[in-house]
Amino acid sequence: MTDLPAPAPRQSLIARAIDSDIFYSFRRSKLTMVAAAIVAVLLLLALFAPLFVVQDPFDPRQLELINSRISPLWTADGQRPFLLGTDEQGRDIFSAILYGMRVSLAVGALGVAFAAVLGIGLGLIAGYVGGAVDTLIMRIADVQLTFPAILIALLIDGVVKSALGNHLDASTTLLVLVVAIGLSFWVQYARTVRGSVMVEKNRDYVAAAQLIGLPARVIMLRHVLPNTMGPILVIATINLALAIITEATLSFLGSGMPDAMPSLGTLIRIGNNYLFSGEWWVVAFPGIALASLILSINLLGDWLRDALNPKLR
Amino acid sequence: MLAFILRRALQSVGVMLAVGVISFAMFRFAGDPVNQMVALDTSEAQRAEIRASLGLNDPVPLQFARYFIDAAQFKFGVSYQFRQPVSMLLKERMPATLELATCATVLAMGFGILLGIYSALRRDSFLTKVLQAVSLIGISLPTFLIGILLIYLFSVILGWLPSFGRGEVVKFGWWSTGLLTVSGLKALIMPSITLGLFQMTLIMRLVRAEMLEVLRTDYIRFARARGLTTRAIHFGHALKNTLVPVITVAGLQFGSVIAFAIITETVFQWPGMGLLFVQAVQNVDIPIMAAYLLVVSLIFVTINLIVDILYTVVDPRLRATVGRAA
Repeated sequence: MTDLPAPAPRQSLIARAIDSDIFYSFRRSKLTMVAAAIVAVLLLLALFAPLFVVQDPFDPRQLELINSRISPLWTADGQRPFLLGTDEQGRDIFSAILYGMRVSLAVGALGVAFAAVLGIGLGLIAGYVGGAVDTLIMRIADVQLTFPAILIALLIDGVVKSALGNHLDASTTLLVLVVAIGLSFWVQYARTVRGSVMVEKNRDYVAAAQLIGLPARVIMLRHVLPNTMGPILVIATINLALAIITEATLSFLGSGMPDAMPSLGTLIRIGNNYLFSGEWWVVAFPGIALASLILSINLLGDWLRDALNPKLR
Repeated sequence: MLAFILRRALQSVGVMLAVGVISFAMFRFAGDPVNQMVALDTSEAQRAEIRASLGLNDPVPLQFARYFIDAAQFKFGVSYQFRQPVSMLLKERMPATLELATCATVLAMGFGILLGIYSALRRDSFLTKVLQAVSLIGISLPTFLIGILLIYLFSVILGWLPSFGRGEVVKFGWWSTGLLTVSGLKALIMPSITLGLFQMTLIMRLVRAEMLEVLRTDYIRFARARGLTTRAIHFGHALKNTLVPVITVAGLQFGSVIAFAIITETVFQWPGMGLLFVQAVQNVDIPIMAAYLLVVSLIFVTINLIVDILYTVVDPRLRATVGRAA
């Protein structure tokens, strides 16, 4: 007779998280840990930007022309407190980057959230209801998938702006960008959720829920949706990087965030004008900030995809 | 087979109709076309006259039919900014974009296939690891940053290559080409690299994955057993079977290369359709935006249709599944 194994002692949530497979695979990958550290540092810097900056870079009253065109601190002409130098108007580049990163992250995260809610909603409906509704939604998705997201975002942005007038204030522009990004990225969520719903719908637990008379809305949201969340999380992470790139590209092209409330893309567009006059730091540091942000998020997304994929264990 | 082609072609027409509706809606309802065309001091009577002459008072379905018939003949109205027919502007700009996109695709395929083969055959070499790392960075860097980096290196520091424009072009009828002059070729180098880099990393990863898969199959083992040279096995047998999906992907990607040219053209001030489109978006020049959408969609849909049909012609297994599904 073998004894039954003793029931595992109940652990706290943190202990369980540290003990989990995912945390184990996280600790084994040095690259992922470095990427997570970079994302964490950049997030903190952006979140608490006012604590780290030497000036509010977008308040014209705080800029002094006497401080213009200062090169970074470690170069011969560097001056305190301008760590990464200043631009034409005496704006501290480091402060501008922190504020710009806030805008980039906000647009990216809100855009992804909007895309996810829209895509998950439509995917649930398409998968659960089926029939003509399903055909309609998925046909729209197919057509949209033919075109690159950046083109769709650019079009939506242009149309909305022409409908609302070309001179919007900064926070309206931010909302327009969020909508444009959301509408360009929903398809992947819808397809994934629809696929999982079609599988889950035939499971016994759904039949049981239908038998006890739960409404379709409750079954979809409470019972089917949680079982489709794994892949959604992976898509959302990788899409965050894509959304930040899209926003930066729109701003670089001049149809994104305005100069009054610049994102990293806007800063790069402005800095690009000074490339030939030798002020490389005006464009270089926002570029490096954007690249390291995107690269780190991509690395985290890759790791998450592998860690949540049971086939690779 | 014929039924499949017909159904597929009908689908494409459906997509074009949908894009047409969107493009008409933009043209008609986003912003007032009359306001864009007149000066501030134009009187109400004159405005009404322009409105009537543009047919804006007709019922919407009639306007849509008229727009559609015009668009089918590539008449897209008059640009608000340039006061020239949009079709003329597009025709003028199209060669620049098509040349750039073709060069970028050729570059991407050439280097992508070569590097892909190398990293599949020498899986553990140092260079392969470097290539993998560079391709990850290449995917993460936004296109415009790569362009700026290249400009800084080769135009600002080294002064070897021009940072903007197409250089000198030679005209053949309405087609202008930069491929025949030295300055045109020099101007083409950096934009093509910028535009092709993403596709290159994509093709490299694809070739590598496909090669690794094929090298494990039985017929490769059999070829080794027959004592064929490694070179004959790798390039005669393995590579040939890798190329079908690669060519498909590269074909399908050509459309997105044209769309991504928007960014590259802005960075390098390349006088193509993409730059025209970006300027149109900034200046709310709806006729150009609508026409660009239609033209690019037509290119996309045509390429997808051709690739789909070719695929079923090349691969009999697909025909069988299509038949069964129908």
